[in-house]
Amino acid sequence: MAILVIAEHDNQSLKAATLNTVGAAAQLGGEVHVLVAGAGCGAVGEAATKIAGVAKVLVCDAPHYEAQGAENVAELVKGLAGGYSHILAAATPAGKNMAPRVAALLDVAQISEIVAVEAPDTFVRPIYAGNALATVKSADAVKVITVRTTAFEAAGEGGAAAVESVPAAADLGLSALVSRELVKSERPELGAAKVIVAGGRGLGSAENFHGLLEPLADKLGAAIGASRAAVDAGYCPNDYQVGQTGKVVAPQLYIAVGVSGAIQHLAGMKDSKVIVAINKDPEAPIFQVADYGLVGDLFQVVPELTAAI
Amino acid sequence: MKILVPVKRVVDYNVKVRVKADGSGVDIANVKMSMNPFDEIGVEEAVRLKEAAVATEVVAVSCGLAASQETLRAAMAMGADRGILVETDAELQPLAVAKLLKAVCDKEQPQLVICGKQAIDDDANQTGQMLAALAGWPQATFASKVSIADGKASVMREIDGGVETLSVTLPAVVTTDLRLNEPRYATLPNIMKAKKKPLETVKPADLGVDVAPRLATLKVSEPAQRKAGEMVADVAQLVDKLKNVAKVI
Repeated sequence: MAILVIAEHDNQSLKAATLNTVGAAAQLGGEVHVLVAGAGCGAVGEAATKIAGVAKVLVCDAPHYEAQGAENVAELVKGLAGGYSHILAAATPAGKNMAPRVAALLDVAQISEIVAVEAPDTFVRPIYAGNALATVKSADAVKVITVRTTAFEAAGEGGAAAVESVPAAADLGLSALVSRELVKSERPELGAAKVIVAGGRGLGSAENFHGLLEPLADKLGAAIGASRAAVDAGYCPNDYQVGQTGKVVAPQLYIAVGVSGAIQHLAGMKDSKVIVAINKDPEAPIFQVADYGLVGDLFQVVPELTAAI
Repeated sequence: MKILVPVKRVVDYNVKVRVKADGSGVDIANVKMSMNPFDEIGVEEAVRLKEAAVATEVVAVSCGLAASQETLRAAMAMGADRGILVETDAELQPLAVAKLLKAVCDKEQPQLVICGKQAIDDDANQTGQMLAALAGWPQATFASKVSIADGKASVMREIDGGVETLSVTLPAVVTTDLRLNEPRYATLPNIMKAKKKPLETVKPADLGVDVAPRLATLKVSEPAQRKAGEMVADVAQLVDKLKNVAKVI
């Protein structure tokens, strides 16, 4: 049986998370299909045909999929589910919003944020903020799964999939998008960045957070992240948050500035290749996971580091 | 308007759990248990809506062991009017909980259900969405602001790269994100008062729900531990290590 990957996109371009999800699908053994549901999303469908390992792209183009509300998209996926052994989405806010709704409509369990595929019905997923890994086996006919994107290689290019247009399901009319405000940023996305500079409460204020971290991030071409404490203190927006309830990241280099290292934060970044911690408190738990630790006053160290790179 | 708030009893967020040596699960004997923090935010939001005279009644529901009564009492101490315990010793997975909550909704007919976006034990982030699907209701997940008017909820929600505002018809399911509010501490008089509030107990069988798990946990293991590396003396040494040893810049 085939595997269906629900593409993540903004009607214009495909999000990188989709490629990692296809990467996970490739480990399940079966033809991989990608569903692009949107409005005026033809270019996304085209882009999806080029993903290596994808056999078919289903495009469902209708006005009521423009905002990709979970209610309507889940209804569409329910109608398509018959031919599939697995339905996958990225464990991003969009995927986490939709996948459980699909699972419940199909009366099956959903398996959240898998980090490994052991067998087509057996998966590994983190629990308790990543302090334990559970290996779970599904007894359901259709496995509905969200994929932790940092745990799977992105599928490459080189595919030549066929496009099939699929009819829309009825508009349920339950939900309407009033407004969407996206922060425009020249920086790489947190989830896809090779280098991340993250700030914690040690920075003391929003001015310091931006004033100290941005020049360093600019030099490194890095994304900026934050601990929950920094978000709660209002230093930066919530979507900067790295941790159990924020984003899970695994860059080549993670520089934690003034971050104490609560377990909820570590859950989001401990798979980074190299971790640097800068903190004035030598007892801060962040040093227990850091490859390189520097005890010092971040107000001196960070500008010095920015100048030295 | 009646609001239903599901609350889950979980290992307190300050506890670092240990994996059992036999790999059968995590050791939760004798550890501190608390209300799931996201559910606390849900209770707070519901109580605020009642204080603002938008809601008339707040009903807390918990599914699980008899000890979940404590969690319901905690919700009532924060201001919920009454509690319903769906009591079972069985392992409950999100789909089963969603079905139990759907059965409770059929009986109680709330206009709004406010769930935590995820429980901090299984980190599933599913129950609210599943309940909405089973009930055929709209869902507004990861909410950072909720307002109710004219039979609709306007919900600002956190998405990748920003926020969006949805208008959903009621009844609806909202799930809470951290920013929605800061839950209050229950005062001693309110804790005492909560002991006298009504708490009804039902069984899954009374609700006609099959709670059999769909996922079997084969094993639970420790993740690979990261070892602490080395301390560097100054910025120059740090830059040298990053350039020449780790080769990441």
